[in-house]
Amino acid sequence: MSDGHDHHDGNDHHNAPLSEPAQRVKALEQLLVEKGLVNPQALDELIDTYEQRVGPRNGARVVARAWTDPEYRNRLLDNAARAIEELGFPPGPQGEHMMVVENTPHVHNLVVCTLCSCYPWSVLGLPPVWYKSTAYRASAVNDPRGLLKEFDIDVGDKEIRVWDSSSEMRYFVIPERPAGTEGLSEDELAELVTRDSMIGSGLAKPPASRSS
Amino acid sequence: MNGVHDLGGMHGFGPVVREQNEPVFHSEWEKRVFAMTLTAMGRGVCNVDEFRRAIERIPPAKYLAASYYEKWLNALEALLVEKGAVTPEELASGRAGAPAPATAAESPGGGVDSFDDSAIKLRFNQSFKPGFKVGDRVVARNFNPAHHTRLPRYARGKRGVIRYDQGVFVFPDTHAHGQGGKPQHVYTVVFEAQELWGPDGERAPVYLDCWEDYLESDRAAAKPATGGAAKPAIRSAAKTSGKASARKPGKLFGKAPNKSSGSTSGKSSIKTSVKIATKAPARKAVARKGGTSAKKPMVKVAAKTLAAKPAVKFAGRTRTAVRKGSKKR
Repeated sequence: MSDGHDHHDGNDHHNAPLSEPAQRVKALEQLLVEKGLVNPQALDELIDTYEQRVGPRNGARVVARAWTDPEYRNRLLDNAARAIEELGFPPGPQGEHMMVVENTPHVHNLVVCTLCSCYPWSVLGLPPVWYKSTAYRASAVNDPRGLLKEFDIDVGDKEIRVWDSSSEMRYFVIPERPAGTEGLSEDELAELVTRDSMIGSGLAKPPASRSS
Repeated sequence: MNGVHDLGGMHGFGPVVREQNEPVFHSEWEKRVFAMTLTAMGRGVCNVDEFRRAIERIPPAKYLAASYYEKWLNALEALLVEKGAVTPEELASGRAGAPAPATAAESPGGGVDSFDDSAIKLRFNQSFKPGFKVGDRVVARNFNPAHHTRLPRYARGKRGVIRYDQGVFVFPDTHAHGQGGKPQHVYTVVFEAQELWGPDGERAPVYLDCWEDYLESDRAAAKPATGGAAKPAIRSAAKTSGKASARKPGKLFGKAPNKSSGSTSGKSSIKTSVKIATKAPARKAVARKGGTSAKKPMVKVAAKTLAAKPAVKFAGRTRTAVRKGSKKR
């Protein structure tokens, strides 16, 4: 996914007056720095971690490895957090207690958090706005098929399983490996694994669309 | 708490709006709120359950109108005041009224470099015996507490089957209110669509994580007439506890025995005078077996656990909690 984006709410445009939350946050940070509760450089570092280092590319590496290495796949199913860490992605917050759920020709998994926004940070980074939206949280549990249609996904008559992340367990979907990818390397396979395919709101891309 | 945050199954929110090429954050202030919140939790100002509760306390109209990080900002400000980290006057003025504690400024930012693995240790602590086991038929309690809970309304009073035992976790209902961790097993329970939504519902089962206190044994299913395969929770807990403690942590992830509904296993010729599994007997067992690490100290560890959890450094960390925690395997 590119780093550029189409639009945003304009709060940080350089010469614009600060919006109300922006002013509050600025004042709060100043106060907490004065109180010695936060250190601005440490905040920068945390932000950088989630903007640059932790994101769905990590999860894509995990999926590609699981597709190509049956023993790794078994370890991942057995103890996901540990297997994910094998690839250099430490559990971190919202990644300590992980479980992978695997899509098959008969089962499609979909992950939601109806109560808040629980999401497997260690492999997917921070969740997109739609995942935290009222619309998604409301409909995923009782109309998953309709929801998948909204996402332009057709899972046919597969059984859909919805995972509502109500505890500290975090769920992470291994999508089905697309047909026609037998000759691809692990790196090439990782390119086919989208963020949404690891939530269950998408599928892995077919190999033809790799360059798009 | 029957708040507006408990959204599962509600109608009228329209289509899911997705943004193409969405950035991680949408403005500079969102980044700062995110990082300050993680740091505050890392410093033990509040735990994650208190934070969720603070978000749920935002009045419904405001909750629905606010953006995600506006909710975080509201919750963070409220908790900083509630916990005495700042005064309301300081918050209003943006200036510290009292001198900063001498040591604090030298810390790199809330223990970001240290990773507290006690949540993982707690999860696999075998002195907490499970009251249920995989395949048990259960009913989610029908309750409507004003306090924080993680049992959504759509599941209350509904019947399901335990699919996984995920190990031991602190209990949000108490942990969010300064009433201790009350550690207990969390189970992934499968609820069939028909049970949750009736005949009009889409046919997709929901897998929901339920703390043991949210569950009761499904006594109706335990009666031989219904052909249910449920076992008395307390008895089975006692019977399997030996096995459970011998289990390696990884087995918690193991596949459940495929018990289809109605398949009465030969052993379920159970006395119907079954007691519902309640926390009390389980606690006693813990206290007996756990010896010195009985209830109180455990709770303390747990409370510390989540408080310290979110502050983790990713880069350059070679040793990790998971590896340490699972050495024995």
